Amino acid sequence: MSAMAPVDCREMITFLADYLANELPAERRRLFDGHLALCDSCVEYLATYEETIRMARAATDAGDLPAMPEELVNAILEATKPR
Amino acid sequence: MKLETRNQKPERRSALSLRSGFWFLVSGFRLVLTSSVKAMLPSSHIEESSLVPRLQSGDSAAFEELVRVHGPRLLRVARRMMPTEEDARDAVQDAFVSAFKSIGTFEAGSKLSTWLHRIVVNACLMKLRAKRRRPEETIEDYLPRFQEDGHQVESSVAWNESADTMIERAELRDLVRSSIDRLPDTYRVVLLLRDIEELAADEVAKILGITTNAVKIRLHRARQALRTLLDPHMRAHAR
Repeated sequence: MSAMAPVDCREMITFLADYLANELPAERRRLFDGHLALCDSCVEYLATYEETIRMARAATDAGDLPAMPEELVNAILEATKPR
Repeated sequence: MKLETRNQKPERRSALSLRSGFWFLVSGFRLVLTSSVKAMLPSSHIEESSLVPRLQSGDSAAFEELVRVHGPRLLRVARRMMPTEEDARDAVQDAFVSAFKSIGTFEAGSKLSTWLHRIVVNACLMKLRAKRRRPEETIEDYLPRFQEDGHQVESSVAWNESADTMIERAELRDLVRSSIDRLPDTYRVVLLLRDIEELAADEVAKILGITTNAVKIRLHRARQALRTLLDPHMRAHAR
């Protein structure tokens, strides 16, 4: 029998990042799983939290590096030239 | 304007255009050379261990290599942090000038890319602070609220939009970008470096000079606040 108190929405959402990163101790994680099995609102919060991360990535074109503009390279080299 | 080419006098511009063919060949050769150098490097460690002593001895070719190898990643970070392309380029230029001046203090065993990220992020944050006309929004306003019994004040519901549908929807992309821009800088920078640049938490901690735990807390709060900002729009778009 677990001696730990049941998890409520506040605790679930406060430690959601640790739950998703699998950084909670096994016993506590089971309590979080138990809360999700009963709480539709937290299930939706978790789904939309994960979607937020995906959207942030998709909206900012994380991927190929930009080309370094030649005029910027030249301006930097010029600014650091010994006078 | 900082870029030297923007301030050139007409006679200098025409002289440059006469030599443009030559410079095109030289810059093309430089790019090919840089690509070849990068392709041959088995790891950033080997690259840095040879580059740092050359930089510290004042080798100008080493500094150009530094700008060409690390510049694109730093420019991408600056573009994500700054409101305009000109601001982003200015921040990158300031960062490299600062790096050039302080390379002597770079400690062996540190990671050059982390050190450069730290300089460019600080340059961006300083410029943003100087440009700010009104106080930043408070992150607490966008964190979830709870009743005394621990339940959410407002129940969460499913969204009708996703990152997949967003790819074809420019207005949705703009909404997400503008919502990220509304986050306070100290939270936004963590979201950019962790979730978008996908740097490790301990590297972000070194870049920002905070603990790894502080990075985790700020990241979670930034994601929660962004979720709150997006929520009314994502619920509202019915398929």
